Amino acid sequence: MKVELRFFAGVREALGVANESVDVPDSVSSVGDVRVWLRTRGGAWAETLAEGRSLRMACNHEMTDPSRRITEGCEVAFFPPVTGG
Amino acid sequence: MTRVRVQEADFDLSTEVAALRADNPKVGAVACFVGTVRDLNEGQTVQAMELEHYPGMTEKALEGIAAQARERWPGSDVLIVHRVGKLLPLDQIVLVVTTAMHRAQAFESCAFVMDYLKTQAPFWKKETTEHGEKWVDARESDDAALSRWDLGSRKGAGA
Repeated sequence: MKVELRFFAGVREALGVANESVDVPDSVSSVGDVRVWLRTRGGAWAETLAEGRSLRMACNHEMTDPSRRITEGCEVAFFPPVTGG
Repeated sequence: MTRVRVQEADFDLSTEVAALRADNPKVGAVACFVGTVRDLNEGQTVQAMELEHYPGMTEKALEGIAAQARERWPGSDVLIVHRVGKLLPLDQIVLVVTTAMHRAQAFESCAFVMDYLKTQAPFWKKETTEHGEKWVDARESDDAALSRWDLGSRKGAGA
């Protein structure tokens, strides 16, 4: 399944990537699965997306929890807790 | 009507308030909040600030909270202007204007919109201090401020 990835702020800097199109394996079906799958890349990916790290997720521009199902062509984003205002 | 803008340019409070309440004689109260750049944060001197956001999602999130505010306080109206890009101490960052028939609704709606925005709208601040650049950490007190509005069950909170 094709997924559009977006990374912001400290997560973007740590990974050195702002956006990326990926083809995820069939076993990856939720936003949380995408996070786990990206960790298998090791290095900064394993560290930045580690389970203990405070991270927010969005799918198609909506804040979501890890259980949200992904769909073909959806946009999945990972970023730190927000600090606007 | 809802008005939401994300922009690099500065804003003028009087102009925005005049536009929001123009031709609406039902409005009896206007509440405004302006967030500005402090020169001191957590004991460090802030020289500049860079505001990043998530184009597309940011506008959607702000429109969502403005809609919730209008639903919660019928007859009220909401304007949100949030700046992005490079800002300096004394600069304005965010403007929230709410109008209503009476002051209580205007005050409450304004506080509600800001509490939501602080924890749910995808903006991130990076400060430049004498020690270099640093992303601002989110505050738990902001989450606590949001919880008093009983929004938790309506919005996914992430992990």
